[in-house]
Amino acid sequence: MTGILFAADGVNVAQNIGFGVIAVVMIVAALNVVTTKNVVHAALSLALVLAGMAAQYILAAAEFVAVSQVMVYIGAVMVLFLFGIMLTRAQIGRETGLNNSTWYAGIPVAVILFGLLGWVVLNVYDDGSLFANVNDDGIIGELGVEGQQETVTQAISDGVLSTYLVPFFGMTFVLLAAAIGAIVLARKD
Amino acid sequence: MLAANFLLLAALLFSIGVYGVIARRNAVMVLMSIELILNSVNLNFIAFALMQGSIEGHIFALFVIAIAAAEVGVGLAMVLLIYRNRKSILLDELSELKG
Amino acid sequence: MLAADAVKLSSGWFLENLWLAAFIPAVGYAFIMLFGKKMPNKGSEFGLASIAASLIVTTGAGIQWIQRVDSADKAAKGAGEEGLGLLQSLRSLPAAADGEVKPFIEPVTQTWVWWQNSGIEFGLGSHADGLSVLLLWLVAFISLLVQIFSLEYVRDDRRYTQFFGALTLFSAGMLVMVMADNMVQLILGWEIMGLCSFMLIGHWWEEGANSRAALKAFFTVRVGDVGLLVGTAIIYFGVEDWIAENPALRDAGFNGFSLEAIQAWALSGQGSSWVLVMGATALFIACIGKSGQFPLHTWLPDAMAGPTPVSSLLHSSTMVVAGVFLVARIYPVFWEGFNIANGGLSFIAIIGAITIVIAALLAFVQDDIKKVLAYSTVSQLGYMMLGLGTGAWLPAVFHVFTHAFFKCCLFLCAGSISHSGSHHSFDMKKDMGGLRKHMPVTFWAWIISTLALTGVIPFAGFWSKDEIIDNVGNNGYTFLMWVGLGGAALTAMYMTRATYLTFFGEPRGAADGHHDPDHDDTHSHGTDEEAEEHELDEVTVGAPLPKSLSAAANAHGDGHADHGPQESPKLILIPIAILTFFACTAGFANATPLAVGGSLGVELGEEIEYVKTYVEPRYQPVAIESMVASGPGESLVPYRVGFIEADANLSAEEEAGAKKKGCGFETPADGTVCFFPKVSHAVPTTGKILLSLAVVAIGYALAIGFCRAFYGRRNEKLVGLTERSGLASAAYKLLANKYYLDALYENVIVRSVAYPISQSAYWVNQNLIDGAVNAVGEGGKRTGQIVYDKIDQGLVDGAVNGSGTVASGTGEGLSGMQNGKVNLYGALIFGAAAVGAIVLVIINVG
Repeated sequence: MTGILFAADGVNVAQNIGFGVIAVVMIVAALNVVTTKNVVHAALSLALVLAGMAAQYILAAAEFVAVSQVMVYIGAVMVLFLFGIMLTRAQIGRETGLNNSTWYAGIPVAVILFGLLGWVVLNVYDDGSLFANVNDDGIIGELGVEGQQETVTQAISDGVLSTYLVPFFGMTFVLLAAAIGAIVLARKD
Repeated sequence: MLAANFLLLAALLFSIGVYGVIARRNAVMVLMSIELILNSVNLNFIAFALMQGSIEGHIFALFVIAIAAAEVGVGLAMVLLIYRNRKSILLDELSELKG
Repeated sequence: MLAADAVKLSSGWFLENLWLAAFIPAVGYAFIMLFGKKMPNKGSEFGLASIAASLIVTTGAGIQWIQRVDSADKAAKGAGEEGLGLLQSLRSLPAAADGEVKPFIEPVTQTWVWWQNSGIEFGLGSHADGLSVLLLWLVAFISLLVQIFSLEYVRDDRRYTQFFGALTLFSAGMLVMVMADNMVQLILGWEIMGLCSFMLIGHWWEEGANSRAALKAFFTVRVGDVGLLVGTAIIYFGVEDWIAENPALRDAGFNGFSLEAIQAWALSGQGSSWVLVMGATALFIACIGKSGQFPLHTWLPDAMAGPTPVSSLLHSSTMVVAGVFLVARIYPVFWEGFNIANGGLSFIAIIGAITIVIAALLAFVQDDIKKVLAYSTVSQLGYMMLGLGTGAWLPAVFHVFTHAFFKCCLFLCAGSISHSGSHHSFDMKKDMGGLRKHMPVTFWAWIISTLALTGVIPFAGFWSKDEIIDNVGNNGYTFLMWVGLGGAALTAMYMTRATYLTFFGEPRGAADGHHDPDHDDTHSHGTDEEAEEHELDEVTVGAPLPKSLSAAANAHGDGHADHGPQESPKLILIPIAILTFFACTAGFANATPLAVGGSLGVELGEEIEYVKTYVEPRYQPVAIESMVASGPGESLVPYRVGFIEADANLSAEEEAGAKKKGCGFETPADGTVCFFPKVSHAVPTTGKILLSLAVVAIGYALAIGFCRAFYGRRNEKLVGLTERSGLASAAYKLLANKYYLDALYENVIVRSVAYPISQSAYWVNQNLIDGAVNAVGEGGKRTGQIVYDKIDQGLVDGAVNGSGTVASGTGEGLSGMQNGKVNLYGALIFGAAAVGAIVLVIINVG
């Protein structure tokens, strides 16, 4: 049984609590990323954020994306970051002056952006319906092949390999080019 | 409220990422902030997919993950190169414009 | 009862074309000035030719005038016996002595109106009657002789051409004046003469003294000319009022300027006495200036700074008699204005008498021979004025005639002496003496002219001057007669002195063969008058005079060898000889003592009084209707028909009382006008002639004796008298300083008038005019400064700079965005996106 069982009344208290806990962790870690004076701490905080993100994906019934997130981001990107930090001789431990001279310009921008986005979201979704397409069982509407209840992964594979095949192949080329490019850029000549 | 929660969280992460892009001096830190931004966007996609019951959100999120990975790879390669040439990856010092 | 019955008078081509006499010299002047320099004789040919032509015209006019008078008299003689009864209503007048009626001879007039405006007409024309014809001939003749003299005298002068031009123009001007038929033309000629006088006196203007003398002459005469204009204006209005009341006169061609109208109006009895007196006084003031009467005589001696031909032509024979001519011409005005008819002491006579004496006295202390002659001229002009002022019209005019000859001769002799005898010096005491041996012709000419001047029988002056004195006494002015006789004695004395110093005694200076090698130098005190400014209270005659007032020495260098005095060349002697001849014989033109009264043993009858017959205007009234004139504005008024007064034989009582009747004494009857008063003529007696001759002889005797004693033997009682005797020294100083008149005029009157005027004019100029100009300049400068500072620098430049500043400021401000800081770029991107999003939200939601 795929699908997520929700409470019929649309409010799942446990889901919300879980979401709230993970969200707080993520926010704290994100703030740490942008304010800490220790580069390695920033990197590890980023990893924490990414992990929290994966947990949120699972809560949002996107288990394939969650797993991909963990594998790619935490597995590869974070390693890249750590290598980058190491290779650019970042100082281990606290270092001062990680903020540039105009860091204060970021605050109003960020605040404005958050205010704007928040306001839009709240304005549009104040009726609280998250699940527009949920039937009485609380099961998400049909995806992909009609008449058949699929799992998310199946739906994704159906989508990627048929409808979105061309972007998929494009993305492979992009990945190939990026890899080659990175090698070319970073080799020591 | 669950949908707004995801979106609000994503907006917050986005703002934090924007702040990080603007405020951080180290190039690698900037790239990390960009990762935050990308992830917030991903969360948005997933949330919208959940709300609408369609799978496009997930697919797009996958693409974003892949592209983000490629971008970080290339970006860090460039940062490495810059480091090799200029011995510093602090964006203030890298700037040669007088303005 | 009109023209058909009147007598026709003969006219002639010359009388009708008399204007040629003035026109040809004017054309000559133009030719001289335009072409003179290129001619072989530098223009003197034109001058001589034009004056000769003028002489021909005037001679012809004279002959035709004589014919005219003869024709009138003959016709009158023929007609008078029957009596033309057509206009018998007019009062009868006394006949001439032998019952002959002397008709009024109408003058031949030509008028050309050149401008008329609101009833006033200005015309040019000729007026030929006896007086004008006589003087025209005289002017032309003397001008010709002087021009011949000048050929030699001013040879090689630096302004030879201009000299002849000015001489010719002067002749033209005087001829214009003499032939004038209206006051405007007379004034025109008068002023031309004044201008030429100025030009000619200052001919060698390089020396300051000469130009000062020229200015003095011009301005002094100008002071008198004010009277001329005022008098003309006063009389004009008087005449116009008279014509307005008698419109028939307008048809006869009368207007306010016409000389005939003025004469007729004066004798009409309708001129108010106030107007007559004022007009006569004003006009006489002009005569005082022009004819050198006291007190405006001061310019004449200084006018000797001009070349000798100028002195002989202008300032002795012709120009200075213009005042006398004016009085004689419109004599009725003065006759009525000064009440000469009733024997009152007239202004003219007083002035004339004073002038005779003071000028004669001044002639005693002059060392310059020309100045002696100048004062003599002033004195003789006084005689003429005395005669006119006492009713002796004919002797005065006759004296003008004879005086011209012998005075011009005297001046030419002086020029001859200076030219060849004293080496351009006119100083008698320094450079002359004993010249009779070297210059015999000049000497005899001088002697004859001197005898003529002093009135020795049978030379010219006797017949004219003594007639003046005789008539003065005859008209009741006994005191003035004695003044005239005294003047004659003085004349004899000072002329003897001059003669002695010049021709007798031991030669001195240049006459001795020496001449000062530095005589070309100009002296600092050029004239007596300038010396006076420095040493006003000292005797100035002793101060060194320039060798030649006229600085003729500057005309040519010292090229000729240093020889002693000798006789002058022919061109100089010929005019002198001709004039000497006339000085001998001119008197017989009107030898009254030979004609009537038998004073000299003969009585040849009135026919030999030619001047009286032909020149003196007749005193008969003329009917207005008989004067025919063409319409106004038309040219060529032909000669008018004369009218003969019917005359009856008079009884003796009427004849005795008739002396005080007639024109000039009573108003003419209605419908007639008088042109000339009935002047009386004295019959000379033997006693009076002997008296005048005796006075002259006494004068000569005293003078000769004094000269021999003082200058010859240096009698110790006489030498140094002025230093020893206070009275003599005071008298000498008074005379030497010319009665301090020059000091009065220059230092007191001129200074008090001119100095404040010039001061205030200077003040106006410096403060008002210059102030205004400076203020304008200052204002312009300030405005410019303000414009520059505020507007240009401030506004315009400010705007320009401001725009630049704004641009660069904006650029600098905006360049902060391009600082290469990636973080900032990111901030900007996100900020812009935020703004865009806000806009979108607002548009879509709001």
